[in-house]
Amino acid sequence: MHGTPLVALVGNPNAGKSALFNALTGARQKVGNYPGVTVERHSGRLALNDGRPVELVDLPGAYSLEPSSPDERVTRDFVTGKQEGERLPDALVVVMDAANLDNHLRFALQLIALGLPVVIALNMIDLAERDGLSLDPAVLERELGVPVIPTVAVRRRGLEELKDKLGEIVGRGTAERLRGSQDHVSGDIVALQRRARALSAAATKSETPVRKWTNILDSVALHPVVGPFFLAVLMFVMFQAVFAWAQAPMDAITAGFTWLEGEVRATLPDGVLRSLISDGVIAGVGAVLVFLPQILILFFFILILEASGYMVRAAFLMDRLMSHAGLSGRAFIPLLSSFACAVPGIMATRSIEDEQDRLTTILIAPLMTCSARLPVYTIIIGAFIPTTQVLPGIGLQGLVLFALYVLGIVGAFVVALVLRKTVTSGTSSGFMMEMPKYQWPRLRDLGLGLWQRAIIFLKRAGTTIAFTTIVLWALLSFPKAPEGSPISPVNYSIAGRIANGVEVVVRPIGFNRDIALALIPAMAAREVAVAAIGTVYAIDNPEAESGQKAMTENLKKHWSLPTALAFLMWFVFAPQCISTIAVTRRETNGWKWPLFMVGYLFALAYVAAGATYWLAIAFGL
Amino acid sequence: MDQPCPLSALPRNAPATVAGVEWSRLAPPEARRLRELGFDEGVGVEVLHKTTLGKGPIACRIGRMTVAMRRSVAAAIQVRPIQAAE
Repeated sequence: MHGTPLVALVGNPNAGKSALFNALTGARQKVGNYPGVTVERHSGRLALNDGRPVELVDLPGAYSLEPSSPDERVTRDFVTGKQEGERLPDALVVVMDAANLDNHLRFALQLIALGLPVVIALNMIDLAERDGLSLDPAVLERELGVPVIPTVAVRRRGLEELKDKLGEIVGRGTAERLRGSQDHVSGDIVALQRRARALSAAATKSETPVRKWTNILDSVALHPVVGPFFLAVLMFVMFQAVFAWAQAPMDAITAGFTWLEGEVRATLPDGVLRSLISDGVIAGVGAVLVFLPQILILFFFILILEASGYMVRAAFLMDRLMSHAGLSGRAFIPLLSSFACAVPGIMATRSIEDEQDRLTTILIAPLMTCSARLPVYTIIIGAFIPTTQVLPGIGLQGLVLFALYVLGIVGAFVVALVLRKTVTSGTSSGFMMEMPKYQWPRLRDLGLGLWQRAIIFLKRAGTTIAFTTIVLWALLSFPKAPEGSPISPVNYSIAGRIANGVEVVVRPIGFNRDIALALIPAMAAREVAVAAIGTVYAIDNPEAESGQKAMTENLKKHWSLPTALAFLMWFVFAPQCISTIAVTRRETNGWKWPLFMVGYLFALAYVAAGATYWLAIAFGL
Repeated sequence: MDQPCPLSALPRNAPATVAGVEWSRLAPPEARRLRELGFDEGVGVEVLHKTTLGKGPIACRIGRMTVAMRRSVAAAIQVRPIQAAE
């Protein structure tokens, strides 16, 4: 009927499903999205031992067929043939953690009751044995009426047997009609759970209590004093790495694209085409690629934290703090990452299961002071804040910078609380989760994960970022000022005309037209604001030693102190970054939330900058 | 046999069994997740870790799993401590 048989890999979270999927399909994977939701669809091709190909889909981990998250809904709809755009699978591979049969058997019972051909992978059997557990797969096979294959995905143990069995059940022809009616699907969890426990007891030959490694590690990792300290050290290293390690490759990428621009300028004749290629296309692609080092380094850490099992521990330690903002401990790492850059930070919110929690975290992530704001802060603070010492060793300049960071954090917490009570309200599932055993991350799984992150970013967010950069170029370049016009090209362009409109709006908060104009290209990236102001004041290289001095002088000449303070305040809140908006669109699957985010952030920025300006004037600054 | 007490009040590493859960005190998604994680009368349970100063979440063993939950949820779970053999 259909070309390739469809087989779904399904099981509880922490059953080692993805490791099994990677072991079975290798690098031949495709990552897509299920329609209308942000749930990723992982599929791959697998050749059965008789040579037939099957399409293997790795379904999101679920605890039951009664969904409590979008992930679990996809899993339920997929195995019942109700998922939009998918056909009913021809067979299921149910993955169970051999060391946790009590719990995983319950979901397996529900899945078997659906009536599709099933083979069970009794996964991580080696770890179960290490924990002193001796199991009898034959008992399970007899009681469940489906083949049970012991596997160790990471050591490729049992994979051939699994493929053999899969060949047998897929070869049975068309899948039986779905026996599962709604009662099978919902079932009585408690009754099923009791049956699962009885089965598990029957299949357990012996159980010797051993002191488990996980417990020993947890007594350190979750220790009331040592635990948070260890987490702080780990986060410091991670944060440093995202900043420091990424710097060299980012500089290299920037240098590479600058060189390329130079080459284009030297080769092509002056004109629209040259400008389009050098200032539009190359700058656009460069604007995308420059994020890659940070994304890869951040996800290198996050994937290790997740695969090792530490991520849940970090969430455990931070939950109390985050609950004050109506968030869960899971939001901690994405928010921390946003200090480097909100783009990878927002991508990292995928590890938050609860949809409302995740949305809130995405919406406040841009309030964390990202590294792109730093050059703006440095220039303005350097020009306007005196270098007086408030206390020995504590300068006023540093204090202002620190205050700007704190303001972002406080703002984020307040916004989160308000959002939780309004737009993202609703019963959250709180913080309740399984703590998996500690495991060594597999290099291969890590590599695959990084590769997929990079592709997703380049394909989905990257296209939007590159596109908007080109649009911005057009706004700044057209129409061309006539020969000999006294008006500068930027002022003559559409952006210059937009600036006239923007000026009317921002005049009440103390911004002049120069600032209004600089805000437009700063949408591509905040740090561009510095260069843009430099352009307005005709300074060639505002970041060079002499340029910075000239910049400072010019700023002092054209701006009042209240204006400068208002400008700083604006940058704490304003969504001055198209990449963040693009990645939010991608991660929330539509324009609704990114538009909401832009709206509330601009409103906040406007009010904060205005209040600062007028207060500063009132205090006679 | 000892009197039941809430799981949140159980000392660390003291084995107990679940005596009952006050489902009405829990939000429906919490209650469902708790059932799915295997909280049911008679199942062995033990508090493994608590976060600082008695306010944050706790981690407990249920069956063969370790589960983290907020203290408000743990307070709705009644447990019966198992007396160590004299």
